[in-house]
Amino acid sequence: MDRRSLSAEGAARRRFLCGTGALTTTLAHVPPLIAADNNASTPTREARGPGAPRHVRLDVNGYPYDVVVEPRVTLLDALREYIGLTGTKKGCDRGQCGACTVLVNDRRINACLTLAIAHEGDRIRTVEGLATANALHPVQAAFIAHDGFQCGYCTPGQICSAVGMLDEARRDTISAVTRDVRRRGPVELTDDEIRERMSGNLCRCGAYVGIVDALREVLKKSA
Amino acid sequence: MRAFDYVRAERVDDAIAALADPNARCLAGGTNLLDLMKGYVEQPTRLVDITRLPLASIEPAADGSLRIGALVSNTDLANAPIVRERYPLLAQALVSGASPQLRNMASVGGNLLQRTRCHYFVDVGFDMCNKRKPGSGCAAREGSNRIHAILGASDHCIAVHPSDMCVALAALDAVVEARNGAGVRRIPMSEFHRLPGTAPERDTELRHDELITAVILPPSPFADHSHYLKVRDRASYEFALVSVAAGLEMDGKRVRDARIVLGGVAHRPWRASGAERALVGHALDDDTLAKAALAATEGARPYRDNAFKVTLAQRAVARALREAASA
Repeated sequence: MDRRSLSAEGAARRRFLCGTGALTTTLAHVPPLIAADNNASTPTREARGPGAPRHVRLDVNGYPYDVVVEPRVTLLDALREYIGLTGTKKGCDRGQCGACTVLVNDRRINACLTLAIAHEGDRIRTVEGLATANALHPVQAAFIAHDGFQCGYCTPGQICSAVGMLDEARRDTISAVTRDVRRRGPVELTDDEIRERMSGNLCRCGAYVGIVDALREVLKKSA
Repeated sequence: MRAFDYVRAERVDDAIAALADPNARCLAGGTNLLDLMKGYVEQPTRLVDITRLPLASIEPAADGSLRIGALVSNTDLANAPIVRERYPLLAQALVSGASPQLRNMASVGGNLLQRTRCHYFVDVGFDMCNKRKPGSGCAAREGSNRIHAILGASDHCIAVHPSDMCVALAALDAVVEARNGAGVRRIPMSEFHRLPGTAPERDTELRHDELITAVILPPSPFADHSHYLKVRDRASYEFALVSVAAGLEMDGKRVRDARIVLGGVAHRPWRASGAERALVGHALDDDTLAKAALAATEGARPYRDNAFKVTLAQRAVARALREAASA
């Protein structure tokens, strides 16, 4: 399979995702089906006891989603199981792998270690919200061009993390490999810096070489 | 995770009032608490979300100290220009911990209250853990204890404190500010974290009905010569086997004052006062470094799997001091 057909397949998949996105968007005005089922199956819980389900409105990729969730539901589970945006992946579910990385108010975080109910009013961006209708996000395109994945499971987290990482670098942030933290000025994203700044995302296929290549290309094109 | 009630505190006093419930916990970044709740180590019946409280600013005070709000994220603290300039040791320690995502979430107050990563504490499948279940015993003493303490442990607990930030805060003589129903209490870092003794279930001196509101950093004489060195099993995103926060105040080639605090070796950040004394008044030659390194682990008592930490800590101290001197 050559690069072009890979890209074509990516575009087809993208169209599919856009389609499902449109579907969930139309559902945004009523409680999503899964949440409604969940609520209906536990009628007594809503009335009494700790942890009764509550109505929460989440702003995901620019659309409002109304969900009814118990306080213990993580943002990750709300996205996947209640809203139906399954691009964000559940890896370890304990903050050790980065597969669930999403952007909240433009900052990358682990969606598995935060509660959905705590994110009312926040701007949440998932991998489904990165591309425009016609074009992949530059980071997505570079991951395809440079084989930044094999099985693809960690990829949405890697891509969201990379988008956050590039933004952090533009804001002159330091990392553990920054030689002199007192020196101010633009961050030079060397391969060592990229590796350290992407170290919150594990890839068991070992696609790290491709990921660093992809991000180097994004940097070159944006320079 | 067990079910719990969720309330959002709008004012500091609301949060403190909510803590009157012994089964309530504050929720800030959540990176440690929710992890422990998923493992049933923590089972609060109520979470008090304090993230909307006005405790997220970093403010220089007239006396030259820096007041850091308890809700400042680890990322924001590490990158604050005034921290990078005046307390580079703290900035370095912060970015050596966890991952960028976790640092974006984790708060200063939460980092102070981070719980140990001892295998027997974090896994409720183990019956014995005095910290989790007082009186049940310590499985780590006879178990897998490669990551455990070599200093200051007791027969009741040999766990280590996991934070990097706290090691730097201890070296910088930080003070923790806490509020309770009666007023404000200031606790020096040297007294904030406890040794396990006979009550390892208590990590810190903070009482349950107190809320950490800020950390105060006095002016530091170590800004020009400091280094945080972290040694771990992989290059990043891992807890320390041994870490060293080293600060030097130089008088020409001689050391005027020094701070050396070790992480990963004890139930709290471990101040190596003997090593500091070995340095003061001397030039940093190989002989002095060797004496300081040896003094840093004075009284060490390793267990079956972690004797390597004694040598590792000594070498880390010498290297951190060299780096600090050349910084």
